[in-house]
Amino acid sequence: MEIKREDIVHLADLSDFSLENDEIESLGKDLQGIITYISQLDELNTENIEPTYQVFEMENIWREDEILPQDATREQLLALTKEEKDNQIKVPKVL
Amino acid sequence: MMKTANKTVTATRLVKDALAKVKHFEDYNIFTFINEEGALKKAAEIDAKIARGEKVGRLAGVPYALKDNFLSPEGETTASAHILEGFSSPVTATAVAKLEAEGAIMIGRTNMDAFAHGSSTENSYFGPTRNAFDKERVAGGSSGGSAVAVALDIVEFATGTDTGGSIRQPASFNGVYGLKPTYGTISRYGVVAMASSTDCIGFFTKTPDDMNLLMEITAGQDPKDMTTLPDYYKESTPKESSLRIGIIKDFDNESVDIEIRKALKKKCEELKAKGHEIVELEMPALKYALAAYYIIVPAEIASNLSRYDGIRYGFRAGDSQDLNALYKNTRSEGFMPENKRRIMIGNFVLSSGFYDAYFLKAAKARTLIVKEYADAFSKCDFILTPVSPNPAFKLGEKVGDPVAMYLEDMMSVSLNLAGVPGLAIPAGKTKDGLALGLQLVGPRRSDKALIEFSKELI
Repeated sequence: MEIKREDIVHLADLSDFSLENDEIESLGKDLQGIITYISQLDELNTENIEPTYQVFEMENIWREDEILPQDATREQLLALTKEEKDNQIKVPKVL
Repeated sequence: MMKTANKTVTATRLVKDALAKVKHFEDYNIFTFINEEGALKKAAEIDAKIARGEKVGRLAGVPYALKDNFLSPEGETTASAHILEGFSSPVTATAVAKLEAEGAIMIGRTNMDAFAHGSSTENSYFGPTRNAFDKERVAGGSSGGSAVAVALDIVEFATGTDTGGSIRQPASFNGVYGLKPTYGTISRYGVVAMASSTDCIGFFTKTPDDMNLLMEITAGQDPKDMTTLPDYYKESTPKESSLRIGIIKDFDNESVDIEIRKALKKKCEELKAKGHEIVELEMPALKYALAAYYIIVPAEIASNLSRYDGIRYGFRAGDSQDLNALYKNTRSEGFMPENKRRIMIGNFVLSSGFYDAYFLKAAKARTLIVKEYADAFSKCDFILTPVSPNPAFKLGEKVGDPVAMYLEDMMSVSLNLAGVPGLAIPAGKTKDGLALGLQLVGPRRSDKALIEFSKELI
């Protein structure tokens, strides 16, 4: 399938990227190449085949719903952010 | 075998030797962080224990290198990506904790393709690592720094992660052993996630016995990682002495370097001479493994990497008008071009209108690949294949062509989709002196037998 400029802009938006014009162009070219490559899966007959999403041999591993000792403290985690005030993470305005 | 510290050869001596080699090989750009102070401090503690006659671990004083996507408080864990700049983890990965509990000493963090997206270690924020045998060539990737650190004998072993070949391919490019274990063997707690259904932790070593020891130490269930298997590793039984070794007919074609094909044939002759049987396998779905991989893995990447937003940790872009702009500016500046390609492809294959044609189709292809491996292992004990279609290529040769770079992974990704183990083994040199590697593949949970069998190929 053919990838248009508007598709790249849309995918960038879904991915939370703001792209400059030259990046839209170069990523567009790259993505077109990749999508052409992965489209060869069309040739493979998958009729009546169930999908596989994971190859872990176990299911439903349960544990008690209790709070276990944590590896990091609240202070350690808050220390990782760029701006902190009154034990909270500070960000620019939302709206 | 790895040299451990004792009364005559101290841990401090081993660490100082390793640190001197780190300096000597500086121009290979192997390390993103050098743990000089921390390593010497830990070595002194181990030496004090030895002097007091106390019991020390199985890796006492052994210097090792840590891939930059394993969390630990020493240095910043950046996954060689700008967006994680400044991130000093308060948390230690389970695998790291197990190695350190046995006395292993981390000398430094190794360079990698940012977020492990790549097959050459050129997609790193810190620039490329150079190949151990030719400085003008790539280290392979994504665990390139780890492979070169072991190949140049700076450390006894190094950690790696393998989502589609990121341990095996750099191991083969640098002439060392590299294991991608059965999916779920080693806890991934505290390791930067790439694609959760294929990510595996493994190691680079100089010998099969060293690999076995590291697996004995690190394999097993972890309550902090719900996708770990109960420890099957220690209880595994070795295979019979005479085995059936499968070779994949489709991989013997002109897209694979002639010297690699010759090395494979030579090993097959050696195995026959030792009484093993060679079985030819037809595995037609493997041809589609790479396309399926580059749908499934980007989809999981798009999801896993949505957490990097500049809010809680790592790099945050300045001067953003509002929260949305902050997300966009941080992610646009913080990710490398290959990270962006994969995230956008992931969002493409998952988006409405394309989900059935791409993601669902790839998940069905994965079923066929899993089945093909199961069928193959009813006809043979292990499979011997090339790791990659060529030995180490030149720096810059493929970095501008993503599909050419992806083709590097042609023969390694199907193992990750099927969850089976693969061990890259050294297989001599090319006429130009580049390392050649081959890959031994086994059924799930055959890791120990696989490592044991690799001794037949030395």
